[in-house]
Amino acid sequence: MIYLDNAATTLRKPKCVVEAVTRALCSMGNPGRSAHDGALSASRTVFEARLALAELFGAESPDRIAFTANATEALNIAIKGILNPGDHVITTALEHNSVLRPLYEMEDKGVELTILPADRQGRLKEADFEAAIRANTRAIVCTHGSNLTGNLVDIGRVGQIARRHGLLLVADASQTAGVFPIDVQKMQIDILCFTGHKSLLGPQGTGGLYVREGVEVRPLLSGGSGVQTYLRRHPPQMPTALEAGTLNAHGIAGLLAAVRYLQAAGLDAIRERELDLMERFYRQVSAIPGVTVYGDFSRRMRCPIVALNVRDYDSSEVSDALSSQYGIATRPGAHCAPRMHQALGTVEQGAVRFSFSHYNTEEEIETAVSALRELAQEE
Amino acid sequence: MIRKQDRLVITFFTTTDAMAMEHLCRERQADGRIIPVPRSITAGCGLAWCAAPESEKPLRALMEAEGIRFQGVYRCLV
Repeated sequence: MIYLDNAATTLRKPKCVVEAVTRALCSMGNPGRSAHDGALSASRTVFEARLALAELFGAESPDRIAFTANATEALNIAIKGILNPGDHVITTALEHNSVLRPLYEMEDKGVELTILPADRQGRLKEADFEAAIRANTRAIVCTHGSNLTGNLVDIGRVGQIARRHGLLLVADASQTAGVFPIDVQKMQIDILCFTGHKSLLGPQGTGGLYVREGVEVRPLLSGGSGVQTYLRRHPPQMPTALEAGTLNAHGIAGLLAAVRYLQAAGLDAIRERELDLMERFYRQVSAIPGVTVYGDFSRRMRCPIVALNVRDYDSSEVSDALSSQYGIATRPGAHCAPRMHQALGTVEQGAVRFSFSHYNTEEEIETAVSALRELAQEE
Repeated sequence: MIRKQDRLVITFFTTTDAMAMEHLCRERQADGRIIPVPRSITAGCGLAWCAAPESEKPLRALMEAEGIRFQGVYRCLV
């Protein structure tokens, strides 16, 4: 199989990640629930993962990183934990349903919602953020990169706007964490939500959020904490405040190994490799008659994603032909990004998304290009 | 029989804080180890840092210098 669905999850993980999870499964107790060797081994690994992620994202300290099962859980915690009825919140048409649906839920509870539009290339106008601010605006919730087009948002500029107006910025780094430099302090991000299993190269079932010191987030869950047992409420101190129940320490052990792998290999080197592969693919497929590519390719800095359609074929049919006839894995359909497809005019057809990993090869790219050439040929 | 000694016990609000203490003490080769919080201090769960009583001053100084959040510092039989 030629795996070009890395924006859904990176299938190939570094060997050290597989080994770390295996080691953890064979040795770890419950993190934070005892002081014996098994439990301490888990607690230490979880702490080291917080340290590594705090360093990766430029967080003030490791206790500002809370672990969740995925970015969706992190975004639900952030969105439902900071907004109240009567607040106004700004988001964008680029967002995934993991942002949109929690926001719609909050809208039903009395939160006012503005969704900034995107143009036919899936681009935002950053000036729109400022124009949308009202007296009761509480937050901006914005992706760092579109999971459909791969377009990046200048999150540092959005951070400046948010801070200037005293708003919270919640950033969704699902498509960028691990491949693009993120510094929460420089970019003025108040809450950063990330998943572990995409560009961070960790196992599924891992993710988390950074919460800036001083930002109060109402917990989504309460329950076992391993500390302060006789308190009636869940402990308020971070990161315990947002981590009810046993953590996925086995997965977090893999995530820690993945972050160390990324830091040793260098984020820049990995990103450049992925962008080289993406450009090689884009350059060739965009010249094939009958292929329509979506997104803004005028700047090199973008997620390594190419979304396209072949003639007026259903994207599911194209993706199925790529899989069944050529052994190429892609993602068709709507990509949980309904507003983005509306902006691109692809609601009916969907799109076929190709997304790249540094583990892909030039030969794989050439095979995928040839396959598309064949599929696009007129009968 | 469990033999008990007079020890310094430092408690924390979260497991993360206890781990931060252990990480720091290992790095600086400071005295002590993680233990379950003794019942004489607080009923319930949690991890504490246990060290010799004479380590109180240097450990307090270390926690203050490095911004380690802690709940309380006690002397008790452990």
